[in-house]
Amino acid sequence: MPQTPPPTPATELPDGAVRLLDADGTLHEDARFSPYLQGLADETLQRMYRLMATERRVDQEGTSLQRQGQLALWVPAVGQEGAQAGALTALRDEDWIFPTYREHLLALGRGVTPGQLFELFRGTAHAGWTAADHRVQPYTLVLAAQTLHATGYAWGIARDQSDWDAERRAAEGQVVLACFGDGASSEGDVHESMVFAASYDLPVVFFCQNNQWAISVPASTQTRVPLARRAAGYGFEGVTVDGNDPLAMHAVTAWAAEQARTGAGPVMIEAHTFRSGAHTTADDPTKYRTREEEQAWAAVDPLARLAAHLRATGAAGADPDAFFADVAAEGEELARRTREAVLAMTGDALPTLDDVFETVYAEPHPLVAEELAWHRQWQAGFADAETAEGDAS
Amino acid sequence: MTIAKAINRALADELAADEKVLLMGEDIGSLGGVYRVTEGLKARFGADRVVDSPLAESGIIGTSIGLALRGYRPVAEIQFDGFVFPGFNQITTQLAKMRARTRGAASVPVTIRIPYGGGIGSIEHHSESPEALFTHTAGLRVITPSNAHDAYWMTRQAVRSQDPVIIFEPKRRYWLKGEVDLSEAGHRGLSAFEAQVVREGTDVTIAAWGPLVPVALAAANAAAEDGRSVEVVDLRSLSPVDFDALQASVEKTGRMVITHEAPTFGGLGGEIAARLMERSFLHLEAPILRVGGFHLPYPPSRVEEQYLPDLDRLLDAVDRTFAY
Ligand SMILES: Cc1ncc(C[n+]2csc(CCOP(=O)(O)OP(=O)(O)O)c2C)c(N)n1
Repeated sequence: MPQTPPPTPATELPDGAVRLLDADGTLHEDARFSPYLQGLADETLQRMYRLMATERRVDQEGTSLQRQGQLALWVPAVGQEGAQAGALTALRDEDWIFPTYREHLLALGRGVTPGQLFELFRGTAHAGWTAADHRVQPYTLVLAAQTLHATGYAWGIARDQSDWDAERRAAEGQVVLACFGDGASSEGDVHESMVFAASYDLPVVFFCQNNQWAISVPASTQTRVPLARRAAGYGFEGVTVDGNDPLAMHAVTAWAAEQARTGAGPVMIEAHTFRSGAHTTADDPTKYRTREEEQAWAAVDPLARLAAHLRATGAAGADPDAFFADVAAEGEELARRTREAVLAMTGDALPTLDDVFETVYAEPHPLVAEELAWHRQWQAGFADAETAEGDAS
Repeated sequence: MTIAKAINRALADELAADEKVLLMGEDIGSLGGVYRVTEGLKARFGADRVVDSPLAESGIIGTSIGLALRGYRPVAEIQFDGFVFPGFNQITTQLAKMRARTRGAASVPVTIRIPYGGGIGSIEHHSESPEALFTHTAGLRVITPSNAHDAYWMTRQAVRSQDPVIIFEPKRRYWLKGEVDLSEAGHRGLSAFEAQVVREGTDVTIAAWGPLVPVALAAANAAAEDGRSVEVVDLRSLSPVDFDALQASVEKTGRMVITHEAPTFGGLGGEIAARLMERSFLHLEAPILRVGGFHLPYPPSRVEEQYLPDLDRLLDAVDRTFAY
């Protein structure tokens, strides 16, 4: 049966996609997923909004810092906050996240500081944080590679927990969130990770943020059907969700995590969303995208939608204006700290090549030792030369 | 014109000359490639011949092999050096071996363009020099131009080659300008698989390729101030290596320094040094020295200057060859 490619602009949701919150902030009932919103405390809703708004502010700071020559590159996530906030708040702290390179909200929400987050983009480290401290792996730049790592990690979890009963699984079981994009879905690694996850019923939630574009290539080049439908081919469930609806994202992720946690195997979530900025600061989206498309998506911005909901339901507290002002102030503060941290990564605070020498192997390696000794002597030669010059003047 | 423009022009001329030529890769169409090397080609030749492929390197290389078996001449772009590895399997186990496996019956004239090398302040996986991994594989030809004129002609010759050719494009030199002689005689009889002496000298040879050729030339200028006459050979082709040209140069000067960005250990410099030892042992005044990267993953860009061979390290090696 011939399939028509998804329309562009694709603000229209594909058939069967889950949306719980309308653009104006009203909530719908959904027999299957609404129960996962029950008992969602106002604090959680506020936290979602706070994460989204402060991430957006830090994200904008990333772009300015790059423009000012302070970062090698920045990868904006503006537009995708709803998908990430919904997913993050549905996970438990013990669950693991295997991100690609645009999961800023997931990282910040797990306690990675902006300074740590920005090290990669400043070019001072390949990963600024320790994964185990946050249960967030380093960003992966080779597309899709981490989906296999996530699957392997989930395999380890499944082995560790193989003799647990259902009750213990539900209470303590861990799941892994494997992040990837619509573009990355074409890489062979995604296919292989899904095969493994299905073969061994592994606790992986495949989290695809379909932001419509892989740099300049539309999602329709990667797939003829909504990506979530692929899961069926591997024998597990896939759900397309309105990625700009943080509540639907929360509910579906909570459901998916429950499936995976209790041993029912993998699930795939496709967040149908949009990256409203450039792919990275090196990209010029006007070469391939229309203004109309950007405007259509701006009208369904996730922040505005959640804000409307918070106001309408009173979840923002007795004085919503005060709540929003408070969040805005926190965003400013975080942006200030981000800038400060980035500008401080200079001079003596910079890593040296010695750090790389010291971390490349776990055990002594004669070649590295020899090259390190040479390198130290070489560097010392320059230091001597400088002192000599200094003395002479 | 710049190196990037020269490659663009070469691709356009090959697309125009042979309807079997087609380009494919990630973002090469509407965007014109992340380095704009393919800019304007889709508009001119159509989306059928300048193809924005799905995001899958194994797919890009693997289907290029199939297209080549069917009589096409695909030119595939890999977006960055560090992203070639999902396609590495197809390149090394399939593309390289297809002709030998079919006992010469099937040629697979696939060209693979890879922007490579560091020095642009980029983040992980955007600065690597994996050439030795490919030169170690028989069945592939590997070239790397260092100036606009060569970029134009070597690209054209690669696309026309009946063998698979990998072009490592020195990305930090994309904006380097130079004269390009586009006339049919422009290549002056020089094949993409030959080396070229780009500066004559008598005391020591520096052998370099791609991004380091300008560094070698700068070192030669600096050494000249100390009264040393440095000959610079631009290898241009990394597989095959033009050992005759290198031999002629080292037998003239008696000394050689080989430099590359890739890690020294297991790099191409070792192979060149060993061969020239065999060929020219009695003509050498000093051991052949190598100046390359360390045995490390390419470091974060804020410290890449300490990693990359530079003028000082080259001059130091030149000095050391005179100490014997
Ligand atoms: C294996 C590999 N090939 C190519 C690239 C270059 N590249 C970086 S991001 C990108 C597009 C990715 O699109 P998608 O998976 O949809 O994620 P998004 O960036 O839209 O979040 C490309 C082609 C890469 N990083 N890794």
